[in-house]
Amino acid sequence: MKSKLSLAARSFLIELLVYSVLVGVYVLFVIGLLNTWLHGLYDHHKVFYATIALLLIIVQGVVLETVTTLLLKLIRSRSG
Amino acid sequence: MDFLISHTHISPFYLIITGFIIGVLGGFFGVGGSFLAGPALFGVGVPMNIVVGTDLAHIVGKSIVAAKKHRALGNVDLKLGFIMVIGTIAGVEVGAQIIEHLKGLGRESADKVIGVTFVIVLISISGFVGWESWQTLKMQRSQKRRAKTASKKPKTKKDESAFAHIARRIHKINIPPMIKLKASGIQQISVWVILMVAFIGGVFSGFLGGGAGYIRMPAMVYLLGVPTHVAVGTDLFEVVISASYGTFTHALKGNVDIMIALVMHTGAAIGAQIGATATEYFHGPKIRLAFVPLPLIGAAIVIYGLLSGKSFK
Repeated sequence: MKSKLSLAARSFLIELLVYSVLVGVYVLFVIGLLNTWLHGLYDHHKVFYATIALLLIIVQGVVLETVTTLLLKLIRSRSG
Repeated sequence: MDFLISHTHISPFYLIITGFIIGVLGGFFGVGGSFLAGPALFGVGVPMNIVVGTDLAHIVGKSIVAAKKHRALGNVDLKLGFIMVIGTIAGVEVGAQIIEHLKGLGRESADKVIGVTFVIVLISISGFVGWESWQTLKMQRSQKRRAKTASKKPKTKKDESAFAHIARRIHKINIPPMIKLKASGIQQISVWVILMVAFIGGVFSGFLGGGAGYIRMPAMVYLLGVPTHVAVGTDLFEVVISASYGTFTHALKGNVDIMIALVMHTGAAIGAQIGATATEYFHGPKIRLAFVPLPLIGAAIVIYGLLSGKSFK
């Protein structure tokens, strides 16, 4: 049980490191670029903004879940 | 980083780390973490109306991740979740109407009534869950000792509760329609009982804000007799639907800075996965015992808000 737990903790640590790099790039480039466009929508098209806001957070939720699961699988398979 | 919608300047690291902590808590306990996210945003200058809407948007993204993970682990009872959504939405509306009524009495009175109710509810939940988990752990230890003396293998991984008799009694309430919840291991229960529990949770959500997982999760375990893992997963599933509705209406009213929610959610995504996976290593009463400090943190924040005169959600 303890070795299983420490293996899981180790996998999560490696995953966290890789994920941090990916998220850093994503926040700087993708989210940074959306800032001005979303602000324009917020000011002039509230219904469109509300729809896009909900879609964005759902899509990001699903995509990031897939990325983190794949990362964890990859790291666990490599560490045996 | 400048957030143009809320006219604030916040470090993305701060948002990612805050999201990560809330994600771990959400994945593990099935609560939205609004009592931590709200003050964290308010503390860096985000206006209160945008705090409420943005927090809901962040909850949608985070709960989808955690609910999907719990679904994969078999912790979501879809039938129970869909029935509860109906009761929750009705309850949220009633809670919001109570707020509207209190607002008519003046902002200060409304803050005081809501604040004091919040503190009483949170301390009661924390005290009860702590006491019950301790009783259950004691019961399990004495069972283990008895099994050792009788040279039998103890059933340590079973999700037991010292209050299982209450749930059994509730299962006997015979008001049709009666249904079977296979995923929760419940042979028969009245739909009205489920709707009532969800409605009460909804009233708290509408009245005190956030997802109200702090009341729905214990209610599912102790009143409906749902196993803790399933209660956590089903609660998250239900929160996805109610928070999506909340996000959309708040965004229409200009209360959502989706940029803040997106950045915060990048931390929550990984945190939720770690939290949900951790439930594989801890069982029933231990999860519930670890839940005890969370309502107390919320209570402390509210007491601070009441004493310092600052507003809270």
